[in-house]
Amino acid sequence: MDFKPLFRPKTMAVVGVSFKNERHPANVIFNKIFLRYPVEVFPVNPRGGFLQGEKVFKRISEIPRGIDLAVIAVRADYVADVLTDCIQSSVKGAVLISGGFAESGRQDLQDRIVAIARKADFPFIGPNCLGIYSPSHIDTFFLPSERMVRPGPGNVALVSQSGGVLVDQMVKFANEGVGLSLGISIGNKALVRELDLLDYLATDPKTEVIAFYVEGFEKNEGRKFVLAARACPKPVVVLKAGKSAAGTRAVSSHTASLAGDYAVFSAALSQHGVVEAKNEFELLSFCEALGSYKTAIEGRVGIITGSGGHGVLAVDCCAAHGISAPKLSAAACRKFKQLLSPSIREIATLTNPIDLTGSAIDDDFVTAASILSGDPEIECVIILLLPYSPGITSDVGARLSQVHRKSGKPVVAYVPHLEKYRMLIEGFEFNRVPVSPSIEGAVLMVEALRRCRPC
Amino acid sequence: MLKKSIRSILASSRKQGWVLEPEAKRLLSLAGLAVPKFTWASKLEGALKAAQRIGYPVVGKIVSPQVLHKSDVGGVVTHIDGEAALKKVFQRFTKLKGFAGILVEEMLAGTELIVGAKIDYQFGPVILLGIGGTEAELYQDISLRMAPLQETDVAAMVKCLRAHQFLEGYRGSAPVNMPALTRLLMAFSVVVMKLEDEIESIDLNPVMCMADRCVVADARIMLQARPKN
Repeated sequence: MDFKPLFRPKTMAVVGVSFKNERHPANVIFNKIFLRYPVEVFPVNPRGGFLQGEKVFKRISEIPRGIDLAVIAVRADYVADVLTDCIQSSVKGAVLISGGFAESGRQDLQDRIVAIARKADFPFIGPNCLGIYSPSHIDTFFLPSERMVRPGPGNVALVSQSGGVLVDQMVKFANEGVGLSLGISIGNKALVRELDLLDYLATDPKTEVIAFYVEGFEKNEGRKFVLAARACPKPVVVLKAGKSAAGTRAVSSHTASLAGDYAVFSAALSQHGVVEAKNEFELLSFCEALGSYKTAIEGRVGIITGSGGHGVLAVDCCAAHGISAPKLSAAACRKFKQLLSPSIREIATLTNPIDLTGSAIDDDFVTAASILSGDPEIECVIILLLPYSPGITSDVGARLSQVHRKSGKPVVAYVPHLEKYRMLIEGFEFNRVPVSPSIEGAVLMVEALRRCRPC
Repeated sequence: MLKKSIRSILASSRKQGWVLEPEAKRLLSLAGLAVPKFTWASKLEGALKAAQRIGYPVVGKIVSPQVLHKSDVGGVVTHIDGEAALKKVFQRFTKLKGFAGILVEEMLAGTELIVGAKIDYQFGPVILLGIGGTEAELYQDISLRMAPLQETDVAAMVKCLRAHQFLEGYRGSAPVNMPALTRLLMAFSVVVMKLEDEIESIDLNPVMCMADRCVVADARIMLQARPKN
């Protein structure tokens, strides 16, 4: 199946527009595409007529242009007919927004549309979904544009069984400045499933990180998924929901009891280097980190701070994840000391975490980052930056990013996310050094690199 | 392909849905796993003879298609030190539900691990390694892998256990023989892959690990309710 027309359509039909209800999903989708996206869009309703001055077509087959994507938002009983019309009119794919299928006990209706599509090799997303969001390409979400906060273009693809979770994550991604290549709500995933999208996204040039929100897989589908994810050259992140679901029947063996559904799920992911995000906070941090870095690490970090307390908090957080901060050798410390500004030489702590104190200037941070990046024992550097210190300027983000560019070793930063420090933060982010608004978030970015190592 | 002898063990166990311990041990032994010296005796005379051959002290276990959890009904007695004691145990066992004999086995001592398998709905056959014994579910110190295992998986599984130092020799205790544990897990992985369509789960608990070998001291094989073929 060719998924490309689904995600990069040039022409689109929205089936099911209403003449009475302007908040009808089909109307919301038609409006946003018509007004805001570079896609030629045609409204469809069997009654024909005009909607906001635009001609409404009675059937897809009446549209005088070849259609790449049909977005279908009609009652479940009519979906099979519309799908058949799509296939006869050589439409290339569809998004089925309509609910009323397996999720409400109508497996029969769902089986019917799957059979129709399979026979014609016709891809559709859904049913019971929001569909597709691709920044400045397409948006089939029936949520009015003014209500949404949309992430800009980026390299993370987010695939979700839940439309609500997807939208909410998109808002959070946008808030952290993490861009998306694609957001796909797959709903009942009756035909196109995680594995199909993993295959597609593995070769999508815009996507560098592939993230999934999964509630469950079909029989043996999890096995196929992790094996495919292992073979995929891009990092794959999975947030599994339904971790505590009780078993459906009594278990009669220790193994069946100890190896519950979630325990197996989690073990299978880590065995194959698929990054499990345990919660939505991790999902965001992991996607952000893996969008910049692909190097798997064992977990030895260097920590640079201007505040002793921040260093200790970071070490605690690292320890909780099994990440260590190896001490620098005495010889390295002696050399390091000579390179620091005279005012902090006697007061800075140089072992690791490196506490440059509140009197440090930009140069001291750059020196410390260069020393740690050059140490063969250190795999990754965490910089905890407090812009309140008088010697820190807004140039420091861009300068520290250059250290990473030279050494190739991953650098992540913590900077309080206040509008005031935007230029400092952008100095990092525009150079692809990820920044977190919390110490824990910065440590999670390192944890992401550790989890993509098969264990 | 499954060996004919393994097939016939499965066929005869289908009725009660699980494989009786002596039969499970025979199956595992056919698959290349080490099991203790054992005899399944339905008469006292046979039990006494077996104990003499194995050498006291021995272990006595109830064999009954109606007793899945043997310790729950007092169906496992260790340290049986002579004929009189064995006789007493045998007579008590005859009164247990569905009595089909006694399993007389050599006594083993060592580090108790649990090795298990489960056919997971989403991920297929998985192998479990953990700290074993009747309290295995209390400790919940386990690592899991999708089967088939590679040899390198075994070391990684051990490392993932919270109590991995316990296996590496902790405060003077003998370390587990890693090559023997690796051989056992690899042979187990092979047989689990072959039994994928037949079994629901397997407990080898405990697997007794000593300085020179790892032996399956108890085994429970649960069969799938409706096999595919």
